[in-house]
Amino acid sequence: MKTLVAILEKLDRRWIFLAMALAVAGPILIIGITGKTLPETPTPAARAVYNAIESLPPGSPILLSFDFDPGSGGELLPMATSLVHQCAARGHRMIFIALWPLGPTLIDQTIKKVIQSDYPNLKEGVDYVNLGFQSGNEAVMKVILTDFRKAFPTTKSGSAVSTVAAMKGIERVSDFPLLITISAGYPGAKEWIQYVVSSSGGKVKMVTGCTGVQTPQLFPYYPAQLNGMLGAIKGAAEYEALVNESLAPKDHSAAPNPKYLEAQRRMGPQLGAHLLMVALIILGNIAFFAARKTKAGATS
Amino acid sequence: MSGPTRTWAIIIAVIIVLLGVRMSIGGGMGRAYSQRLEQKAEVPANSQTNTPARTITWTEWHAVQPKIYFAAQRADPQQTQVAFSWSDTIGLWIGAFFTLAVFSFLYRDNAGYRLAEAVIIGVSAAYWGVIGFWDTLMPKLFGALVPSFVQAHVMPSLPNPSTATVIAMTFALVLGVLLLMRLAPKGGWISLWPMAFIIGVTAGLKIVSHIEGDLVAQTVATFKPLISPQRIEGVVEIWPTVWASLANTLVVVGVLCCLTYFFFSVDHKGVVGRAARTGIMYLMITFGAAFGFTVMGRVALLAARIEFLFDDWLWLIDPAGKRTIEVAASAVSMLCWW
Repeated sequence: MKTLVAILEKLDRRWIFLAMALAVAGPILIIGITGKTLPETPTPAARAVYNAIESLPPGSPILLSFDFDPGSGGELLPMATSLVHQCAARGHRMIFIALWPLGPTLIDQTIKKVIQSDYPNLKEGVDYVNLGFQSGNEAVMKVILTDFRKAFPTTKSGSAVSTVAAMKGIERVSDFPLLITISAGYPGAKEWIQYVVSSSGGKVKMVTGCTGVQTPQLFPYYPAQLNGMLGAIKGAAEYEALVNESLAPKDHSAAPNPKYLEAQRRMGPQLGAHLLMVALIILGNIAFFAARKTKAGATS
Repeated sequence: MSGPTRTWAIIIAVIIVLLGVRMSIGGGMGRAYSQRLEQKAEVPANSQTNTPARTITWTEWHAVQPKIYFAAQRADPQQTQVAFSWSDTIGLWIGAFFTLAVFSFLYRDNAGYRLAEAVIIGVSAAYWGVIGFWDTLMPKLFGALVPSFVQAHVMPSLPNPSTATVIAMTFALVLGVLLLMRLAPKGGWISLWPMAFIIGVTAGLKIVSHIEGDLVAQTVATFKPLISPQRIEGVVEIWPTVWASLANTLVVVGVLCCLTYFFFSVDHKGVVGRAARTGIMYLMITFGAAFGFTVMGRVALLAARIEFLFDDWLWLIDPAGKRTIEVAASAVSMLCWW
């Protein structure tokens, strides 16, 4: 025991970094080669996101706000992919906006990955449109409460929004039966709740996919002010499994496209990293109590 | 050669040897391809400028997955529609270099990490500058003050501004110029006026939203029935009722105990002390959950970067089927070599 405590006390932290790298890289290699993923059981919060989209009649306009940048892409892009996948499969009209400057690039990336690749029958400007980035944070939210086109007069490609078929019948944000925000921080889901959901008197229904850091801050809003929530990569994996299950052929004759399994693949490294952390916490506690006992013995 | 320099030299030499081995076995690594797409558009005649109708054409190169290049090469080795992309390949290698450079800080501070840090800050600042000009100043400020110029040269579809917008943007321009007075050698105090305006507007916006969205709505959400019967087809179910009632009770007790902990006008003794200690436990569980979610988020980001290195750069794995059969050969060959 004394030897173990001595080793742990003098352990260079870089060995822990190396162990963490191996704990994450190992499952990535195994899952990458075998293609197997861990099973997921959806929680009510993830199921609520799925049901919110599923319950809308086909052709319903949905506002998707990409409030993140590539720095959070590891967590949020898999959510974005699955959300757009479900919306496209159900034939909803998708209106994309971004309150973060790098959002429009991620919108284009997701449109290319999902809509243009697997739903080529959907037409840009009719079934979906990218309205791009608008600066102003909360001010944009306040403006679209009363006049959507004032905040977004043109599409990302420069066409007047008034000429875009996808925007037919949309005057203000409450005309959308559902708002989806994929959020990494400020401005994001919290501001959408404070400035849009609360100000609309409950007219605007909203679901969100958010980073792990934001998840505990947003849980108090669910389910009263937030209709559904995907918390971190775990929420993304649960929702991804739900969408893949619902869109799979009845006889399960075809496996889902690997690009729609990104979040579930990332749960393998999560398992490895968390097991390592639990082991380190236990070891750290053993070392702490053993050192305290030794110190107490030496003092007495 | 000093100790740290020798260590770095060894690390870099090992990486170079491994990369050399990796490039020479399996299907290679770190290459990007693009597809040539011929585009054309019909431009209608313009009677105002006497320009006849015409067709304009241009070529675009779109990034494609390696398997599309392999398939095209198998079908026709002489084809030029899908080709090796130098620019995308260089971008891929720069991405891999900076990823490794940032990770290298975990070993110790070094020039590679500092270079990556400086580049990220520089690129971010430049990107913000460009976005700020083209997405904010151009459509909002110049689009309101000189709309004909913006419509003629930059954004033909930009709607004409209303008088109210022109007045508001003129006011914004004046405030913006006043804000820049902070940089002037004299008269820096003038910048306090626009600063006061910004703080006032922000406070006004936030106080209303916080009262509506947080204080009132969250207080309402806390008033939960301690006994919450759960009915399925009109019949009260015992266990769902027990769980729902327990959850509601935990929320109410937690809120009251946490509020008690932050109430310092009464000594934390007796019942108040026990409630405050319960409040501390709630807070600790909350911090633990926040820490757990933060770890999950950071591990997801780490996994994404390692996936990038293994998949896009080293071609060791192919979870999304970008390269098909080449990956299996690559991974197995590399593992065998190890």
